[in-house]
Amino acid sequence: MRFSSLTLIVALLAGLHAPHWAAAADELVAFDDPDQRQMYYALLKEYRCLKCQNQNLADSNASLAGDLRREIRDQILAGKGQSDIDEYLVARYGEFVLYRPRFGGKTAVLWIAPFALLIIALGGMVLMVRHRKQAMGEGVRIVQAESQEQLNARLEKAKRLLED
Amino acid sequence: MNLLLKLLPLALFAALAGFLAKGLTLDPAELPSPLIDKPAPGIVVAQLPRSPDQSIDDEFNSEALRGQVWVLNVWASWCGPCVQEHPYLVSLAQQRDLPLVGLNYKDQPGDAQQWLARLGDPFTYLLDDRRGDVGLDWGVYGVPETFIIDHQGRVRYKHVGPVDEAALLEQLIPIIDDLQKEAG
Repeated sequence: MRFSSLTLIVALLAGLHAPHWAAAADELVAFDDPDQRQMYYALLKEYRCLKCQNQNLADSNASLAGDLRREIRDQILAGKGQSDIDEYLVARYGEFVLYRPRFGGKTAVLWIAPFALLIIALGGMVLMVRHRKQAMGEGVRIVQAESQEQLNARLEKAKRLLED
Repeated sequence: MNLLLKLLPLALFAALAGFLAKGLTLDPAELPSPLIDKPAPGIVVAQLPRSPDQSIDDEFNSEALRGQVWVLNVWASWCGPCVQEHPYLVSLAQQRDLPLVGLNYKDQPGDAQQWLARLGDPFTYLLDDRRGDVGLDWGVYGVPETFIIDHQGRVRYKHVGPVDEAALLEQLIPIIDDLQKEAG
């Protein structure tokens, strides 16, 4: 009994790890050319399913995703490349359909902002460190500027305080 | 200077909170259509007869509507929200004189005919998009969707999801009126 429930759990876990494009496997996808086949499965991971936005076309069971898979397959069979297929999808669904949006116009902020923020943060840090160094340097100079008598007086004062 | 520097984190926080607050009011399912202000994809497709014993030989060609403001509604009998939206389409057809084109998307003709017989038929043209090819060209990702096309054949507005009273009165009808004025 114990053994069989363990087997069941193992079987269920194995099921969870089935390939993610299993959803697409219900369609008959025939490619004679292994390169085209590879391109097809690679591309399905690059496009977002618009119906269920956190799934890619390979994962999604939505009927729209099925249509788009069919369209992509037809275009690959017709000899189209990735940029043609990108263009086809973006013209219809917008830049959002690409998981890795192209650089330009509306998506520039998306690409530039993280680097801009990093540079601003680094710049701020450099300024702060310099400021602090300068302040410390001034402190050292103030101490150096004190005459020998002043230093002796301080030393005496410290000794007295310690004796008390 | 020092005061400004001290207020900087607060200002940054306020800006971030502002963006997040705005984000809460947006619907992530509503995507801006790249078709807006672009020429509408041409539709040449078979028409769906209104009853099984009728047949329509003429194909529908969207070129025939050039010069007029028209509305394309994408619907299906399997689509729940379409039932909710339907009375407002009927009302639109009664209130404004314009071609209302119903694209029956990925549906069975028999089901579609029964559905319209039951709920009323506001459509000037009823198109058969069984495979969803027209839907692909128009970037349809959620049914129902409603497009308004101007007299020059450009898509001017897209509504995703069911049209309700507010959408009809505050969006569709005013936009249609403006575009019809533009068309002269």
